[in-house]
Amino acid sequence: MGNIPQEHYEPKPGAASWVEERLPIGGLISHLQNFPTPKNLNYAYVFGGILVLFLVIQIVTGIVLSMHYQVGDEASFRSVEHIMRDVNGGWLLRYAHANGASFFFIAVYAHIFRGLYYGSYKAPRELLWIIGVLIYVVMMATAFMGYVLPWGQMSFWGAKVITSLFGAIPLVGDSLTTWLWGGPAVGEATLNRMFSLHYLLPFVIAGLTVLHIWALHHVGNTNPTGVEIRKDSIENVKKDTVPFTPYIAIKDLYAIVIFLILFVAFTFFAPNYLGHPDNYIEANPLVTPAHIVPEWYFLPFYAILRAITDDLWIMMIMPFTAKLGGVLAMFGAIAVLAFVPWLDTSRVRSTTYRPIYRWWFLLLVIDFFVLMWVGGKPAEGIYPIIALIATAYWFIHFLIVLPVVGLIEKPLARPETVEAAFNEKHGIKPGGDKTDAEASALQPAE
Amino acid sequence: MAHTHGTGDGNEPDRRDVLFLATGAMGAVGLAATVWPLIDQMNPSATERALSSIDVDVSAIEVGQQVTVTFLKSPVFIRRLTDEEKAAAEETPLGDLKDQNAQNALHPDDTATLKHRLVDPERDFLVMSGVCTHLGCVPVGEAGDFGGWFCPCHGSHYDTAGRIRKGPAPTNLPIPVARFLDENTLKLG
Repeated sequence: MGNIPQEHYEPKPGAASWVEERLPIGGLISHLQNFPTPKNLNYAYVFGGILVLFLVIQIVTGIVLSMHYQVGDEASFRSVEHIMRDVNGGWLLRYAHANGASFFFIAVYAHIFRGLYYGSYKAPRELLWIIGVLIYVVMMATAFMGYVLPWGQMSFWGAKVITSLFGAIPLVGDSLTTWLWGGPAVGEATLNRMFSLHYLLPFVIAGLTVLHIWALHHVGNTNPTGVEIRKDSIENVKKDTVPFTPYIAIKDLYAIVIFLILFVAFTFFAPNYLGHPDNYIEANPLVTPAHIVPEWYFLPFYAILRAITDDLWIMMIMPFTAKLGGVLAMFGAIAVLAFVPWLDTSRVRSTTYRPIYRWWFLLLVIDFFVLMWVGGKPAEGIYPIIALIATAYWFIHFLIVLPVVGLIEKPLARPETVEAAFNEKHGIKPGGDKTDAEASALQPAE
Repeated sequence: MAHTHGTGDGNEPDRRDVLFLATGAMGAVGLAATVWPLIDQMNPSATERALSSIDVDVSAIEVGQQVTVTFLKSPVFIRRLTDEEKAAAEETPLGDLKDQNAQNALHPDDTATLKHRLVDPERDFLVMSGVCTHLGCVPVGEAGDFGGWFCPCHGSHYDTAGRIRKGPAPTNLPIPVARFLDENTLKLG
């Protein structure tokens, strides 16, 4: 399946062989179970597994919620309240689904920043990375449409504002928004199609996830050293890796348990903490809430959208309005991620060995949180200026810092192999001789 | 292509190439014709399109009062401007306006003077869309830096004639097709 040498799967004679000759599913399962995974993976690498789990949680809770949800101007809000009050355990399912979306995004942001830190996007993993960016974009579309479904005030006005973004596109903007709305404004027709697409898109994510994992299993995981595992022979592969099951599987499960504890703590004890009270008011097309904000996971990009105003010098020389400028900046801020494999000029993969870039990376993480914070503030006073500076840094980081630092920086010495890095960290002498009893306990059995 | 299907010398297009391209072109037309209904179904249905005009009784509106009606699923503001508001709008030089078009469905090419913003220049009725031209929120009346409307979502300020003065909105609040049928009845659409 991949280009990492692995033990050949031999089905047992009988039924397993009969099936294998017709459908090689045993080989696929064996490949997935025994997949050689770098033995030095740290806890930054657990989020992929968490994300798969949350996709399943969202699909399962979503399907059962849709058995009680109704679409319609009055029906939607009423049916959500019906779920909350009357459906057996409905409150739990809805709170799990709503908080599940938030925790899905916590995991996806951790996963993305892990990829950025360890250079997981660098050759030969460009497509793996780009498929990941696509998954993130579809996730955002799905989450947005899901938030519209309760048809509260935030649902309605969020839908209005976000669909109006497309009105900024020259020439076709107005026809495009009318097409999206299915009427002169956001209404029942809009709500109905959002429900349809909210049900569809998770399966698109699932399909993209298969491609993402397929690409991962073809090229293999990165690891904190950024040094590729040796793929020249099974013996060398075994020195650098451990089989996914049980080693990585158990580690992922441990992280999943910790993550689920946080998730259920929110679901049971603070189910509305991440939401907005205004969404418990039924949608009213005549009154906009005084302070509309999207869900927290959209705030960084919402801040970028709002940061572009007509009084900026850059907008004076641009041939389009600030409205289009904001939209372009917002989508550009996400799209730039897809180009990271080519914007990063460093020959070193892992930021651990990049003494200059690591500070800029830290600044990017801070910048992300500043954008998130300022995106939730009203667009007045000092906030627009902070949003503008933070927006500028987001683009400067990817378009200037990433290419330039890669060229001028002198990377630190890296270990020869994953095995060498592992042995050094755990005090194991080369050749497998253990320095003491503790180290032998640390080395995985072969 | 020619040398895979063709019977000729491999350079000249032959009968099979013509058939191949013609079939492909026909297939593309057929595909487009099949996909179009799938796309067009999302455009407004006949039910939506039918709700295109309403009559509003404006007899109860006092000077300085605003009434919001729903027209085409969106709010429309009907406000009787006070003398101060009219004066403020008239005194503003056109050069100070970000959008100098009246944005009036009945005066598509006129400048954004107060005269072209009112339904009837002899009367004080300002009738305009209550949908911010930035991203569609409903602006709040008697607010903002210019004493007109202020959009709470992203901070657009409109003046007393509903013209954009500050903030991210690109154009003035548009004026729908509106005319008086008689003294007290306003027809929208």
